[in-house]
Amino acid sequence: MTTPPLLALDGLRAGYGRVEVLHGVSLTVPEGRMVAMVGPNGAGKSTLMSAVMGLLPRRGGTVRYRDAPAGSTGQMVAAGALLVPESRALFTDMSVEDNLLLGFLRRRRAGERDVRGAMAEVFAIFPRLAERRRQLAGTLSGGERQMLALGRALMGGPRLLLLDEPSLGLAPLIVREIFRVLAELRGRGLSILLVEQNVRAALQISDYGYVLELGQVVAEGPSATLAADPRVVETYLGQRRRDV
Amino acid sequence: MDPFIFFALLQDGITTGAIYLLLAIGLLIVFSATRVIFVPQGDLLAFGALTAAGLQSGHVPATLWLLDGLSAAALLASLTGGVRAAGRALLVWGVYPAVVSLASVWLARREIPAVSILLALAIVTPMGPLIWRFAYRPMADASVLALLILSMALHFVLIGLGLVFFGPEEASVPALSTANFTIGALDISGQSLCVLGAAVALVVGLGWFFGATVQGKALRAAASDPLGARLVGIDAGATGSLAFGLAAFIAALAGVLIGALTPLSYDAGFEIGLKGFVAAIMGGLVSYPMAAAGALLVGVLESLGSFWASAYREVIVFTLLIPVLLWLSLRRGSDEDRA
Amino acid sequence: MKPWLAVAATVAALGIVPALLPAFYVTLFGYVGLASLVALGLVLLTGISGQTSFGQASFVGLAAYATTLLTKFAGAPPIAGLVVGLAVTGSVAWLLGLITARLSGHFLALVSVAWGISFFSLFGTIPLLRGFNGIGGIPPLTLGALSAANPRVNLAVIWAVVAAIMLLSANLLDSRIGRAIRTLNGARLMGESVGIDTARLSRAVFVIAALYAGLAGFLFAHFQRFISPTPFSLGASIDYLFMVIIGGAAFLWGAPVGAILVVVLRDQFNDWIPRLTGQPGDYEALVFSLVVILLLQRAPGGLMPLLLRLRPRKRPDVAAETASDATPALSIAPTGAPTGAPTGAPTAAAGAPGPELLAVESVTRHFGGLAANQDVSFAVRAGEIVALIGPNGAGKTTLFNVISGVLPPSAGRVRLFGTAGGHLAPRRIAALGLARTFQHVKLLGGRSVLENVALGAHASGRAGVLRCMLRLDRKEERRILADARAQATLVGLGDVLDRPAGDLPLGQQRVVEIARALCLRPRLLLLDEPAAGLRLQEKQRLALLLGQLRAEGMGVLLVEHDMDFVMQLADRVVVMDFGQKISEGLPAQVQADPLVREAYLGSVA
Repeated sequence: MTTPPLLALDGLRAGYGRVEVLHGVSLTVPEGRMVAMVGPNGAGKSTLMSAVMGLLPRRGGTVRYRDAPAGSTGQMVAAGALLVPESRALFTDMSVEDNLLLGFLRRRRAGERDVRGAMAEVFAIFPRLAERRRQLAGTLSGGERQMLALGRALMGGPRLLLLDEPSLGLAPLIVREIFRVLAELRGRGLSILLVEQNVRAALQISDYGYVLELGQVVAEGPSATLAADPRVVETYLGQRRRDV
Repeated sequence: MDPFIFFALLQDGITTGAIYLLLAIGLLIVFSATRVIFVPQGDLLAFGALTAAGLQSGHVPATLWLLDGLSAAALLASLTGGVRAAGRALLVWGVYPAVVSLASVWLARREIPAVSILLALAIVTPMGPLIWRFAYRPMADASVLALLILSMALHFVLIGLGLVFFGPEEASVPALSTANFTIGALDISGQSLCVLGAAVALVVGLGWFFGATVQGKALRAAASDPLGARLVGIDAGATGSLAFGLAAFIAALAGVLIGALTPLSYDAGFEIGLKGFVAAIMGGLVSYPMAAAGALLVGVLESLGSFWASAYREVIVFTLLIPVLLWLSLRRGSDEDRA
Repeated sequence: MKPWLAVAATVAALGIVPALLPAFYVTLFGYVGLASLVALGLVLLTGISGQTSFGQASFVGLAAYATTLLTKFAGAPPIAGLVVGLAVTGSVAWLLGLITARLSGHFLALVSVAWGISFFSLFGTIPLLRGFNGIGGIPPLTLGALSAANPRVNLAVIWAVVAAIMLLSANLLDSRIGRAIRTLNGARLMGESVGIDTARLSRAVFVIAALYAGLAGFLFAHFQRFISPTPFSLGASIDYLFMVIIGGAAFLWGAPVGAILVVVLRDQFNDWIPRLTGQPGDYEALVFSLVVILLLQRAPGGLMPLLLRLRPRKRPDVAAETASDATPALSIAPTGAPTGAPTGAPTAAAGAPGPELLAVESVTRHFGGLAANQDVSFAVRAGEIVALIGPNGAGKTTLFNVISGVLPPSAGRVRLFGTAGGHLAPRRIAALGLARTFQHVKLLGGRSVLENVALGAHASGRAGVLRCMLRLDRKEERRILADARAQATLVGLGDVLDRPAGDLPLGQQRVVEIARALCLRPRLLLLDEPAAGLRLQEKQRLALLLGQLRAEGMGVLLVEHDMDFVMQLADRVVVMDFGQKISEGLPAQVQADPLVREAYLGSVA
């Protein structure tokens, strides 16, 4: 490897209070790739995202982003690492347009002024948001909220997009729509770290996958290989004790 | 009751109600952005009024030296934050206070009312961000209650400084207008109109700020969803500064307005601020329109109360809280287990 | 008993030693004692139960004026002044508590500012009270032929009262009610789940704090023998709060420590600052407040924690800690057979259907426009374990909250133990025989495991505030603690009973919650992700315990993500997705259900 990866975790440990959730996680996100992190509930996937972004203190190991030690949340955002959290964290009492506008803040600071152009791009990806541009974010449906959260991150012109459970709680049709967009973004060469419960969809569209269980990586490999691995199914549904 | 007296009382009530409204807005801005219940806002009101009065009588007010001292401290503290931060800090905490100081020293002798008032606003407004920087920011993660206790201590600090700076005497701010209008048999004072006009202008201005500017929207965003705000790169320190700056500006403005209607002493701000609180609480600490209604109600009730039972004025105003709180407590469930 | 002796000795020293000092110090330490009383109430109110009042000086004033009017103008004996004074303060506090009962902490605090000012203004304006001229010539305390007219005697009386109140408070905190009070600070939901009426209890604490203040007011009037509104101002109230914050709000000893510091500091500042500045200014308030701000920023927990650190104390060393971490939480001896032996065959569950404990009937729960639960129905019988599973966001926790009474259903009903199914408050449901644990563990982190478990037995006790204060609850308390110890030992916490619950690893904390739930002697147990964070061995032991409980006829409903655990243990599995029940049946049936596989693994996009 000649070029260093965009994001590299080595033995990352993190947790809340006295409780350690991640017990040394290592992974890399190469430039221009989509990496999926799958695993059942409580495996520590969201904790991982928070620790990468500096929302939680990193207690051990290293996180390197753009070949430098990762800094505070503000520094990570400024350097183009944009997270769409599981809660979506929308500004619910503000309009769709204002939410997108605030997503542009990062680029605005860097001297860019073309908000309209950026917004038009997002609307091209999610026409539904254009229809609802004046509506308050709090009045959107679950799927539209996810679109807005994703759109807000895209407004910031991400170098690395971190997506925490983008399909969570969404109806199958919407999930398909979201994954279509993710595949499109990957096609454009955007670097993405995707945390998902929806294993099949996640492994189908990503390049490389990691399986996280109880705060540790238990399996990794090219997504296609991983998708065929029976151990992945077992971590979700438990071992089949008897063949019915 | 004589309708003319009633009208005069009503006019008084609406005028002071407008002042309470301004303070309630300042409190709400600060609370929603930082969870701080900004008790010392009332003391900044007194600072504003007395600074303007001091300038108008030809003195350079001691609040200026407080501004210079705190600014110098902030400048020193920013030196650790890298070159870019230090550069900005030099502009904000170096150049600005220097300009204001020179202007004050030079212009104080001329005793021009409008200039005194503008300078007072320029001196008191930055104290908001400075207070945030040195008092609240170090314990930004503390509970609402701890922050409230800190606010109380800070109130005593400002009162203490007020006494040192201004002495125990009351002082008046020059009125923006000494005109009196007569409509039929009713007298309307020009200063009352100024107060109302300023309140309306401020409400409109803030509406524009929060509705149309990126900074204003960022402030709303920080109040709406702190995590979301961090993730789009809104800095909590900057939002806090902005919120406290707005609150201090509002307090100083309220001070120079009300200081022309009634002479104020260094410790008069607290009670005026508390009435603003009563209004803000009526809005449940979240609703601006409810707070506005509350502010006018408090002003009018107080005014009428002072006519009928002046000794019990305070009691009447604060008793007003009881039905409001009962209503609030019945409407919302208990918000327990929320940190 | 050692703590008793320590309290008595220290307080006696504080009372007696100054009595040998010049008259000035007699007065000063009198004030320290009186302030300590008010501050003790605030420790209970603010430090322990998490409410704040900026109005305590009003209560001092109410009692002071009441006793003054009675003893000076009506010629009644001081004892009458005491009774009436306390009655007045108590009822006013009760009313105020009623008004602010359901509002969050900072509202109570702000409102207390309002009444602080109102009462102060009333004290100054009601003609009978003679305004700021004050009322002098208040008779001294007398009891029969004994009189406390001598200030030194009076000082002794004050500190005797402080000692008594400290003891009563310490007794209260070390009791059934004391444990319950601690849940008021951020763990009310948990308190309700073990049957505590938290609203009533927080009102009671508020009244107790007011009564302490009233007691101080009564003593103040007869100590100083002159009163005016000034010492009952908002500023005085704030000073009491400062004392508690400076001393350490979470400790009873924080009250006298803070009182001494504040009273003495203020006095010293008054003395020294004018000398330093050369002018009689009011710098003392300024300097004092700056000191308070610095303390708030640097020592947010007050001075007590720092003082306690000075005292050499045996702390569990690191080695011991890791060693006990390594001990599995559930130490029931594992039998040879792996877990779930009784349910090995799918038919085993069908063998013994007990009476129906829980019937969820077409429950729908909306949040705004979102349906978190949509028309969900299922039942749990005695002697069976039912698992509720489904992907994140499927609505399982919402359903748990509906069943346990935290949320009312938007439609449908929950029938527990054959009741008609109207919505009941969590503590009523707890009383019916339902116990639960929480997804996000809710423990009193700073308290011992034993105390946490004992909370579960709250509803089995009867002792009230007064009995707890007077230690008349000991027989009952022994039974509760024995019960708690038994349950804790049963689930394998026997070795860590005295450790602070917050120090345990998360898995063990979950087990503490289970032990607490078992203390309720439930017929139905609701467990929210009990196996999360447990090691394999611990999981097996938990499964064994649950199997035992099932064999004893208990019904168990659990939400769990660990599928191995669920599939081996559960008799039946209910699967939810998007708020709806998508499957129900024996574990193997559910595992084979294509709908379930799609819900979990997702469809191919």
